Amino acid sequence: MVSLFDILGPVMVGPSSSHTAGACRLGLMARAILGGTPERARIQLHGSFAATGEGHGTHRAIVGGLIGLAPDDLRLRQAYDEAAEAGLEWEFETIDLGEDAHPNTAIFNLERAGERVRVRGASIGGGRIEVHEIDGFTVSLGGDYHTLVVQANDEPGTIATIAGIFAKDGVNLATMRVDRTGRHKDALMTIEADEPISDKALTEIRSYPWLHWARRIEKIS
Amino acid sequence: MHKSIESLLRDAEESGRSLPEVVLAMEVAESGRTEEEIRERLRQTLGIMRAAIDEGLKGEVRSPSGLTGGRSARLWHDGPRLLGPRVTATLARAIATLEVNAAMGLIVAAPTAGAAGVLPAILISAGEYMEKDDDALLDAMLVAGGVGGVIAQRASLAGAEGGCQAETGSAAAMGAAAVCWLGGGTNQQVATSIALALQGLLGLICDPIGGLVEIPCIYRNASAAMQAIAAAEMALAGLDFPIPADEVIDVMDEVGRRLPAAYRETAQGGLAATPTARRLVQIQPSRHPTGISV
Repeated sequence: MVSLFDILGPVMVGPSSSHTAGACRLGLMARAILGGTPERARIQLHGSFAATGEGHGTHRAIVGGLIGLAPDDLRLRQAYDEAAEAGLEWEFETIDLGEDAHPNTAIFNLERAGERVRVRGASIGGGRIEVHEIDGFTVSLGGDYHTLVVQANDEPGTIATIAGIFAKDGVNLATMRVDRTGRHKDALMTIEADEPISDKALTEIRSYPWLHWARRIEKIS
Repeated sequence: MHKSIESLLRDAEESGRSLPEVVLAMEVAESGRTEEEIRERLRQTLGIMRAAIDEGLKGEVRSPSGLTGGRSARLWHDGPRLLGPRVTATLARAIATLEVNAAMGLIVAAPTAGAAGVLPAILISAGEYMEKDDDALLDAMLVAGGVGGVIAQRASLAGAEGGCQAETGSAAAMGAAAVCWLGGGTNQQVATSIALALQGLLGLICDPIGGLVEIPCIYRNASAAMQAIAAAEMALAGLDFPIPADEVIDVMDEVGRRLPAAYRETAQGGLAATPTARRLVQIQPSRHPTGISV
């Protein structure tokens, strides 16, 4: 569905909705998946991101997103200084992911308080993004919803249990996706919700023995 | 949002509402926001459009590549020589926004960052000349948004998909409709202005030097703004165009699909592939944007 403010917007720091605004949102999303500003970040850029990123402020926008700056934040222009102040150490690399990868793909290797995460995503046009992979698991996240990603034993009843916890919490589910192609033959559930996911719901979900990990990802904008 | 200009006009006719009212009502229904919230956000959007123009016209901004910055101010202070002052001001304003965009300033991507100069330039220039208040400009923005919504659904707004016609062509169609409405045009005249604006930009390729949103983009925004004013002027005078707006939009889609990839924002063809362009992208005087006052 096209919204009026998709046409008369977004309001953004230039020069490119895909290479600047989208790049920033990818950084924001990677940060949200990690659960905070990373201490260390190694970012690999593929295709057009690698080729024309410098002239589009792509690197700056990504670094800005990693420290929590939004696409319309003018501090993106000084993102390197801001990031240094925020205690982020970062490095960029060029990577060739082959013909099939989206031309504006980035891979984030992030570290924070001993925790590591690897996120792969692409800027798919008009500032919109898609995260394709978290720690080797295939996902499809756009950052438009409050999201819960759950890795659990692939056994009956897990989906119903989680849906029940959300219902009890008054959270309306927008989309739900289950993926079993990940490692350990576990199930990966991606649940997108209209409302924020509460600490209580997260704690309850985490208390089940069939659960390996659950990651709450805040809506980014 | 409506999927055709025809249904947008029919909706207005059947409900007895104006075009801005139709677009606003639809946005209320689809977004769940109130009319007041939507108008307030439009007001903020208009404020950002104005601020970008003012910033660019100061003449201080420079892009990291060094390819753009300072031209809008030169035209603003040096012109007009051949055109009326309104048109020259419109051209300068269109370039100003794109210069700010290239220097990592704040802009409204309406409908895209690469075509962000067109709508604000003609909206503000025409509003100034016709002495319209901001509420009238917000109505005109709603008309522009409705037109952009149709194009987004029938064709494309992305240069990588449809070439520059999809970006500055769409912006010109939106802008023409906006100022035609502002100038007191009938709904049919608004529809005609869309067709007239777009027909003149059909087939325009996207061939930016170095793949950057700079040259020829700043000038394409200026010429698209001029095309939009001309289209609105002709429509308001009662000139017709035999092909309806929806069919012209469909032609833009068809042409976009048939454009070779070299002409769709890849910097592999057109102006981007000239020997001079290739030399220019080797020279990068600065890696940092300058001149935006934060």
